[in-house]
Amino acid sequence: MAGGKGGSSALPAGGDAPSGYKEDLPEALTPEELAAQWEEEKPPAAGPLANAASSLVVLAVGIGALVLSFAMGLGTPEKPQPGLWPFLTSCVMVALALFQLVWGRHNRDAEKFTRMSFAPLTGLVTLAAMVALMPLIGFEIPSLILCIIWMKFLGSETWRSTLLVSAIVVAAFYGIFVLALGTSIPHLF
Amino acid sequence: MDFLNPVLNGFSVVLEPMNLLYCLIGVVIGMLIGVLPGLGPAATIAILLPLTYSVEPVTAIIMLAGIFYGAQYGGTITSVLLRLPGEASSVVTVFDGYQMARQGKAGTALGLAAIGSFIGGTAAIIGLTFLAPVVAGFALDFGPAEYSALALLGILLVATISGGSKAKALIAAAVGLLLATVGRDVFTGESRFTFGSLQLADGIDFVPIAMGLFGLGEILYNLEERHRAAKAPSKVSNVWPSKSDLKYASGAISRGSVLGFFLGILPGGGATIASMASYAMEKKRAKQPERFGKGAPEGVAGPETANNAAATSSFIPLLTLGIPANATMALMFGALLIQGVTPGPQLVEQNPDLFWGVVNSMYIGNILLLIMSLPLVGIFVRILRVRAAILAPITALITLLGAYTINNSMFDVTLVVFFGVLGYLMKKFGFEPGPLVLAFVLGELLESSLRRSLLVFGGDPTGFFTRPISATLLLVFLLVAVLPGVRSMITKRKGTTAAAESAGNGTNQNIKEKV
Repeated sequence: MAGGKGGSSALPAGGDAPSGYKEDLPEALTPEELAAQWEEEKPPAAGPLANAASSLVVLAVGIGALVLSFAMGLGTPEKPQPGLWPFLTSCVMVALALFQLVWGRHNRDAEKFTRMSFAPLTGLVTLAAMVALMPLIGFEIPSLILCIIWMKFLGSETWRSTLLVSAIVVAAFYGIFVLALGTSIPHLF
Repeated sequence: MDFLNPVLNGFSVVLEPMNLLYCLIGVVIGMLIGVLPGLGPAATIAILLPLTYSVEPVTAIIMLAGIFYGAQYGGTITSVLLRLPGEASSVVTVFDGYQMARQGKAGTALGLAAIGSFIGGTAAIIGLTFLAPVVAGFALDFGPAEYSALALLGILLVATISGGSKAKALIAAAVGLLLATVGRDVFTGESRFTFGSLQLADGIDFVPIAMGLFGLGEILYNLEERHRAAKAPSKVSNVWPSKSDLKYASGAISRGSVLGFFLGILPGGGATIASMASYAMEKKRAKQPERFGKGAPEGVAGPETANNAAATSSFIPLLTLGIPANATMALMFGALLIQGVTPGPQLVEQNPDLFWGVVNSMYIGNILLLIMSLPLVGIFVRILRVRAAILAPITALITLLGAYTINNSMFDVTLVVFFGVLGYLMKKFGFEPGPLVLAFVLGELLESSLRRSLLVFGGDPTGFFTRPISATLLLVFLLVAVLPGVRSMITKRKGTTAAAESAGNGTNQNIKEKV
């Protein structure tokens, strides 16, 4: 891609540092510069390995579906068995995966996993924990923990605002989903 | 006058106080969620789908129309103030909108966008009112063969027009088609891909897929995004544009309405193309094109009008053919199906109250948007000042708890998380979730009409080419499928020209990839 063009000069200070809003930074003006800047801000593109890996996953899923649908029976076009349509679809999928594996290796549209990717991973763990715990101990405590982790550790809020806002959020959800709407969401209190 | 009677009846449905109230709630909540950085209309509608469950169909759809308009405008607000477009169709708004904001004219930009959206949307609804019954009448003769061809073409177009790798978009579509086959086969009653799970026996619901892929996937992706670096927006005042701004913008608005309406009918990202085309057209027409990119009011008004007009007219293929033209429409389609409404040519005839209720609710949604957005912009801007770190867990919790309320089942919540992870990984690896959702929605229709038409043709696939409409559609399908390959072969043969071309297309490509 045309990355880097005029990017370094026009790029505002990245990262989390609060940058001034006023004129202290020369900002990108033209659409081209803006596009270049977005390109700069994008996480680094993943290499051929990631592309190959994703193609292989698709290939595996495709072959799995192919085998399963074949086992369901294909039948004939005028008397199709349940497997025929999934069979056709998985054939297309396998073909596309092979195409992608060979010709798509050098695509630049995949993103590299960076240190920042731990944030969604942490997020996922809290979500999974919430799903596991909700039926057992209700939604309040898992929600509170989720809020605290997301705000304090993923969002680097202060402890004070984290605890305050988390408590308010959980109380508000309790008010909306349990008291006002009367839904059957598992709750402790 | 016969034609207008059901239209007017539709108004009486919409104007019931209860429906008005729900429309208002929809606009406000749509804007509230849509204004969150990184969450576009598709994500917003997906997250809010459970809200529409408990109300009756017409009301639910009116509310959805409200959410849709609110979410669209929410994206505009973030484009202008934060330089973060909520979706591809408001990317070009950033160019001049953000510059206007920097010059202290954020209010004017937002005001122009609201007025333009209102005019474009209203013009498109009027066009829809007259065009939709015609298209529906034409489509009444469609049999299973035509529907299979149409669904195939729709999926292919959405996959090819989306930014990024075409093969990856098509893979996503194939996954969607496969997911649609999970559950009981309607023809033989046999279970497919259920792996012995009772919960999968009835198939996978559309809502958890949409909420996971568009909602949670987006939220997870944003966790690692750099959106936290976004600056707090400045104060917004004076949303009423001045006379000279209006003079600049009026031409852009009227051209944008027409352009948007026609581009929106085409399947596949109509609103995005419309906004880009309108920006290009305004720049070309301008006496001083150098003003563009430096805060030209028509650079905001034109694209914003066009994308709203296109977003509205893309309801035409959905409501008259039952074929959603883009990911957002696929969500609307899913929402309608949940309400027991199958969009298609019969809808106008069999259920005129509902059809015209839907169409007319768009007027109301548009008017409410105009009334709400101009005076209330300040409040929405204040939401933008709340840090993303605080908003992210709140939206995640809304998604999870909302998913539970659909069927009161933890299984749905688990599915949402699963598809959330899938959505995140897809975004990371450059697969767009849009084609998957669209293909999933159309999967059942495609399979059943394919099998039905094969029955009619006695198992002979060439039968599709004996019917003129399905033959034409399939020819277009082949053309769209083969053309990019041929073109890239030609450019490859020319060698170096390819590099030059890709550099020229670079900007456009980057812009598309951004969202």
